[in-house]
Amino acid sequence: MTVRTSAVVLGAGHAGLAMSRCLTERSIDHVVLERGEVANSWKTERWDSLRLLTPNWQSRLPGCAYECDDPDDFMTMLEVIGFMEHYAQVISAPVETHTTVTSVRRNDDGYRIESTRGSWQCRAVVLAAGACNIPNVPRVAEALPLFVETLTPMRYRNPTQLPEGGVLLVGASSTGLQLAHEIHSSGRPVTLAVGEHVRMPRVYRGKDILWWMDAAGLLDVTWDEVDDIRRARNVPSPQLIGSDERATLDLNGLSKMGVKLVGRFAGVNGHKAQFSGSLSNVCALADLKMNRLLNTVDEWALEHDLDDAVGPVERFELTRLPASPPLSIDLGSGEIRTVIWATGFHPDYSWLDVPVLDRKGRIRHEAGVVDSPGMYLMGLNFLRRRKSSFIHGAGDDARDLSDHLLGYLDATG
Amino acid sequence: MNDKKVDNGVNVEALLGAREALRDAPEGAQFAWRATCKWISGTHSRSTVNGFFGLGKEQKHRTEFTFEADHPEIFASEDNGATPVELVLAGLASCLTAGIASVAQNRDIQLRAVTATLEGGMDIQGILGIDKDVRTGFDGIKVTYDIDADASKDDIKALVAQSQKRSAVFDIVTNPTNVTVEVV
Repeated sequence: MTVRTSAVVLGAGHAGLAMSRCLTERSIDHVVLERGEVANSWKTERWDSLRLLTPNWQSRLPGCAYECDDPDDFMTMLEVIGFMEHYAQVISAPVETHTTVTSVRRNDDGYRIESTRGSWQCRAVVLAAGACNIPNVPRVAEALPLFVETLTPMRYRNPTQLPEGGVLLVGASSTGLQLAHEIHSSGRPVTLAVGEHVRMPRVYRGKDILWWMDAAGLLDVTWDEVDDIRRARNVPSPQLIGSDERATLDLNGLSKMGVKLVGRFAGVNGHKAQFSGSLSNVCALADLKMNRLLNTVDEWALEHDLDDAVGPVERFELTRLPASPPLSIDLGSGEIRTVIWATGFHPDYSWLDVPVLDRKGRIRHEAGVVDSPGMYLMGLNFLRRRKSSFIHGAGDDARDLSDHLLGYLDATG
Repeated sequence: MNDKKVDNGVNVEALLGAREALRDAPEGAQFAWRATCKWISGTHSRSTVNGFFGLGKEQKHRTEFTFEADHPEIFASEDNGATPVELVLAGLASCLTAGIASVAQNRDIQLRAVTATLEGGMDIQGILGIDKDVRTGFDGIKVTYDIDADASKDDIKALVAQSQKRSAVFDIVTNPTNVTVEVV
């Protein structure tokens, strides 16, 4: 039996739920299809100690803000899951759980959605199934010797699941740094392979860096206001963590702990893992970019007469590197027992049977309006604004796109 | 505020135009660079560059370019040309410098003078086969840029950092590259 509805939302994460709330506000009948339970990815695909890198005061979704004792603290995974479950209830989201979508197809009437629990016919569909479904593991990983364990952040939960011994962590963005810190602290020496990354202090002049970016309007910059949106959408996640101490975690901090830094993972030759000789360049790029951000913040503070209300201008130690970082590691020596690929993720569109993918498998869209009538996309990096991939960014995106969706339904009514 | 138009001699519009055009026609972006080399005598050889493949067809340089290479007298050679490794340093320097000019043009920064000084350290026990644990190539390359430009120190550093990111020779030198050699 096929159920007819105006809109189907794929995914009951924060983006899908925000969209559901906006559709309800616009009296658009809809259903949210979720392969697991609300907040599934947060429940099943994240590591135990993960906390948001955005402070609590930023955790708000349409119609609901996160209530907590400390607005400057950072939610744990359990708290995130609780927040989303509470949100789903508060907005009475029409969620069908344990319903895995197997195909989305276009027909004369709109879209037909097939799933493990029935089918839907709708006029509009919102893809909110997440941007991090599949880990990016480079092809070179196939050349790793079989005696080395490999893992991605999807399956990593905590250091105790790893064998004793050294760990090669590939990727120095938010995930890579957090894992490097946690795993090295567990007594497993970490070597961190560093490619391009985004460095920023957690706290600057006494205030959280995200407070500055929010206040100065940087998080609200829209896709059409940047020179190169493709480049902006590929900017890696910043090296920020959430912690009670509001600690800054950077490469200098990891070096001090004894983590060994090497260049970008460049290849495997027999048993040798090879690293790029560009380590000093990627660190220089990140240091310069951080200082440009801090300059922007300082200019904004001056313009808004805040200099007396906040701490003094500061600049941080540039990334310290050894004169000659190693260019290879012999994986046969036993120095490395595990390789973890913290090299990012990409979305799964295997169920999408509508021709909207480009030659590299990415969805063709203009700020969330997909290249197929009545189809929308949420949750990607810089989808519509710099904050699009943050929890609080889903709200504005959902409002914009549900307005567009409403207009589409009215026009094609 | 300097109203003079920035001119580093780089046609940035053409490059940006090519970028957009090739994005939609990636076959045109497949290039092949070539060189031939003839032995002259001893360690002296002459390399010639005149044609390459790109934008879907064979292309020719405006004229033929030649590069002599040899070993120095302290290597019991005749010093008829720079050593091959010095040509690599020159290749790296020119690639980075071209990048600096292009990025500067794109960022509206007027360059007045750009000088790169390079040094590649080498323990010749490697090439002489004295010690198998010594690498035959460079153990490291140090590049120093002295740049006089209409920009802050940080902006100049950013130019230099960005040019490495986009430099072909920098990539060739810092990352592994497959080299296959056959004999006909």
